[in-house]
Amino acid sequence: MTSSAAHRQIEAIFRIESAKVIAAVARMVRDVGLAEEVAQDALVAALERWPESGVPDNPGAWLTATAKHRAIDLLRRGQKLERKQEEVGQEMDARWAAAAPDLETALDENVGDDLLRLVLIACHPVLSTEARVALTLRLLGSLTTDEIARAFLVPEPTIAQRIVRAKRTLAEKRVPFEVPRGPGLAERLASVLEVLYLIFNEGYSATAGEDWVRPGLCEDALRLGRVLAELVPPEREVHGLVALLEIQASRLRARIGPSGEPVLLLDQDRARWDQILIRRGLAALERAAALGGEPGSYFLQASIAACHARARTAGETDWPRIAALYELLTRIAPSPVVELNRAVAFGMAFGPAAGLELVSDVTAAEHAGRKANEGIQYDENDIHVVDDQKQAGLGAYQEQRDRAQERQKGAQNVEPGGRPVVGQEGEQGCTHRRDDQDRPYHQRAGVGHGRSPRNRSSA
Amino acid sequence: MRFMVLVKANKDSEAGVLPDEKILTAMGKFNEELVKAGVMLAGEGLQPSSKGARVRFDGNKKTVIDGPFAETKELVAGFWLWQVKSRQEAIEWLKRAPFQEGEVEIRQVFETADFAESDPTGEIRKQEDELRKKMESQQRR
Repeated sequence: MTSSAAHRQIEAIFRIESAKVIAAVARMVRDVGLAEEVAQDALVAALERWPESGVPDNPGAWLTATAKHRAIDLLRRGQKLERKQEEVGQEMDARWAAAAPDLETALDENVGDDLLRLVLIACHPVLSTEARVALTLRLLGSLTTDEIARAFLVPEPTIAQRIVRAKRTLAEKRVPFEVPRGPGLAERLASVLEVLYLIFNEGYSATAGEDWVRPGLCEDALRLGRVLAELVPPEREVHGLVALLEIQASRLRARIGPSGEPVLLLDQDRARWDQILIRRGLAALERAAALGGEPGSYFLQASIAACHARARTAGETDWPRIAALYELLTRIAPSPVVELNRAVAFGMAFGPAAGLELVSDVTAAEHAGRKANEGIQYDENDIHVVDDQKQAGLGAYQEQRDRAQERQKGAQNVEPGGRPVVGQEGEQGCTHRRDDQDRPYHQRAGVGHGRSPRNRSSA
Repeated sequence: MRFMVLVKANKDSEAGVLPDEKILTAMGKFNEELVKAGVMLAGEGLQPSSKGARVRFDGNKKTVIDGPFAETKELVAGFWLWQVKSRQEAIEWLKRAPFQEGEVEIRQVFETADFAESDPTGEIRKQEDELRKKMESQQRR
């Protein structure tokens, strides 16, 4: 085997194992930053040794053991000893001694809990949203800082710094490496779901562009969602989010037309929808429904997405059900976009008058009236029906991305009017134009429902 | 990216003999690992080719050939559909599968981006779409 082939192999193994390695070490040293560092050291050690010695039978156990040894070395050498010794010194030795005889079994038993702790800490509320996103992709998604930077179109040092700062914040605030019980857990999980949702959206809104790297984020988010669904105790919203993402992802290929223009939901060729993902989405939704309890926002959004997924043609869409689901959604997650969608759904279900009746906001009335009159202009928003805070978070990313895109494209991609093209509106109309930026996020032309007239080519 | 993993038939699978409990348990554990890692999209085992058939196309002529089929090693006995980051990752996962003999094949699934490469101007897609519209309007008449 050539050395580059050996390196590719080792890197692939590391990608499979790294989250588990980091999680196992973090449990021992109670320091995610240190855990990630020594996991990298273990990778370096593997790259040095495995090409000669061959890959060990259980590479994950080897990497974890190597990382733990390295952590102990570092701590013993006193680099971090003073700060940590009291906390973990004795406990660590005892654990290490206990784990050593049967490391594999010990790893298997704890790995689920460790991973859950890791995802909870990566998405801890003490961190900014963008720090959570970066740290989650790094620690759980095993993406390199370079990959994250390319996905978000920001310079690599920015991401590297963001991750360093996030790790420092976790250390300074002494955030415990634990799974909280009861209502604390639900709260922390909500933060995790939000992060996965943002990662997915970042990829989803990018698919109308020319860049095929970033849609990888949809896959990353979905994969992390699927992992999370297996980790957590029965939690309806986790499966609800997974269902939502699976069904949204099933339409990725159908939402871009031949010349790269966005195709709205009701105009999409349903034969291009990915039936495997739809089936998975509907199964996740059933799993969520079976758990009972109050329906949450992701569960309701997934239920709406499922209505579309089940309809063989746009004409068969169960609008009364969608209207009822939006009615529920308005109660638990009210926002102008949700209200508007509810109005549109009522219009589709019971005629334009029923829709208009629901609209109080003047701007919204204008949009919905036009939409209802146009009949089939409904533009599904369920992926973007979020509270304002989430939209603000999403908006911040999009602004960054737009700026970066402009920098990258330079003068090459300029419309006849001389204005740089900053992205195309997708099915969800998620991206926005620069001239919208002074307005509140939810009022921008691109948000949720809106399409400006010149972007109607697909209708 | 997605890979299809094709498990080939052997004498036992073609005879309809189910694997023994030990292998089934090991396979169950492996599948569980794939699910926990978010890698597994789908996977099924197939019945022997004696329960299948082939349709041979020759111009306008279509001939049905009933199973079983002879070339056991070339037959597919089961498949997985995996979502991974790279071909190498798919290979590393496959190495962990509890097989004792035979060959298992990994094939990458086409994605939208692959089509975009062979159709940079979108001209082919456009033609197909127009054709589809034409067919639809004919059906309506």
